[in-house]
Amino acid sequence: MEFGYDKLLQMEPYGVPKEAKQKALAERLIELTERHYNSCCEYRRILDVLGVDPQKIHDCEDIPLLPARLFKKVDMLSVPREGIVKTMTSSGTSGQQVSRIFLDKETAADQQKTLVKIVSSFTGSNRMPMLIIDSPAVLKDRNMFSARGAGILGFSIFGRDKMYALDESMELNVDGVKSFLEKHSGEKIFLFGFTFMIWRHFYKELLKLKKQGINVDLSHGILIHGGGWKKLELEAVSHREFCESLREVCGLRDIHDYYGMVEQTGCIYMQCEYGHLHASTYSDIIVRNPKDFTVAGVGERGLVQVLSAIPESYPGHSLLTEDEGELLGEDDCPCGRLGKYFKIHGRMAGAELRGCSDTYERR
Amino acid sequence: MTNLEKYNEAFTESFGVTAEQLPNLEYQGIPEWDSVGHMQLIAALEDAFDIMFDTDDIIDFSSYEKGKEFMSKYEVEL
Repeated sequence: MEFGYDKLLQMEPYGVPKEAKQKALAERLIELTERHYNSCCEYRRILDVLGVDPQKIHDCEDIPLLPARLFKKVDMLSVPREGIVKTMTSSGTSGQQVSRIFLDKETAADQQKTLVKIVSSFTGSNRMPMLIIDSPAVLKDRNMFSARGAGILGFSIFGRDKMYALDESMELNVDGVKSFLEKHSGEKIFLFGFTFMIWRHFYKELLKLKKQGINVDLSHGILIHGGGWKKLELEAVSHREFCESLREVCGLRDIHDYYGMVEQTGCIYMQCEYGHLHASTYSDIIVRNPKDFTVAGVGERGLVQVLSAIPESYPGHSLLTEDEGELLGEDDCPCGRLGKYFKIHGRMAGAELRGCSDTYERR
Repeated sequence: MTNLEKYNEAFTESFGVTAEQLPNLEYQGIPEWDSVGHMQLIAALEDAFDIMFDTDDIIDFSSYEKGKEFMSKYEVEL
């Protein structure tokens, strides 16, 4: 049997209508279910207990789902340990257990390729001077990748001449940023970071500088940020206010949030110019009623299940998150992108905090 | 310095390896050539030859030998 992710990856990220997408994605997810059933004994045991026969699955909604937090309790691999080249961990507050995700060469490469397909459809294929709104200290431990480091590294491929805007103690390097922008004046600048760190350590510093008469112009910039909103909600900062404040302080207009998780790195859900999060061709979400796990319709809130066509080295292609979401529609977003689009309302009550932005604690 | 010497130097400087190790060097083959090291190598090559790789080529740049093929695409004769 031939396992093929490449076939799916050759399709446009937001150009495949519902029926064709569901067919291609189901085919691949069924392949993955069989693969993991045959090569990961923990996964097989779970399916056996649930009474699921991988041979009898026909569409995406029937793919068995694992709770994402299972990866905190059990090391789950579908390849021999010698083949693992990278282990990634989820973000957690200190003392909290984190998920461990095992990647082999192929899965790691597919994640990066997928990210390129998705993000370059928003940024264009030219690599841009890149300002990382974080500290270089995040990437220090190269053997254990935090989700935060993986995010920075994954997005680095879109940058050339990269600069970290914050120093090791998370202070804004004003002179460095200014000379970086002078050097690249007139060019489109790519900014990447996590929502709360951008707000606390970048936006607030820029605001202070502005009051002192020091202006930083990022009107040519495009910002991609992720990691959750919880911390900003506590400060009562809405998505709209976040964008408007950044525009006022430095002229930044082109701002995209994204939703994604370390268990399904690569398949991120980018926010379009209408503020909607979009599923690409390579992944999907299903919102489920938390009482009976039936599929919720448009406009109904429920638990978010995420599907990704990438994972081969670990059985994480169909996961139940602890996020509350709401499907807004499919194939009919005014931005023109095809696929499901949705909104995330935050963590379900009782769920542990996670997310690179939400778990941030300044040391 | 010849182009080949510059190409080799990008590897030896980025990964702290000797010239003798280069012919069999592969991505993820040594601890230093991980995904962090990979981006360092790409930056070193771009600086050395004043070129800019396409994202796809960065992903497919999987070994010392394979990388040589890509260099000609950017009009660098080794």
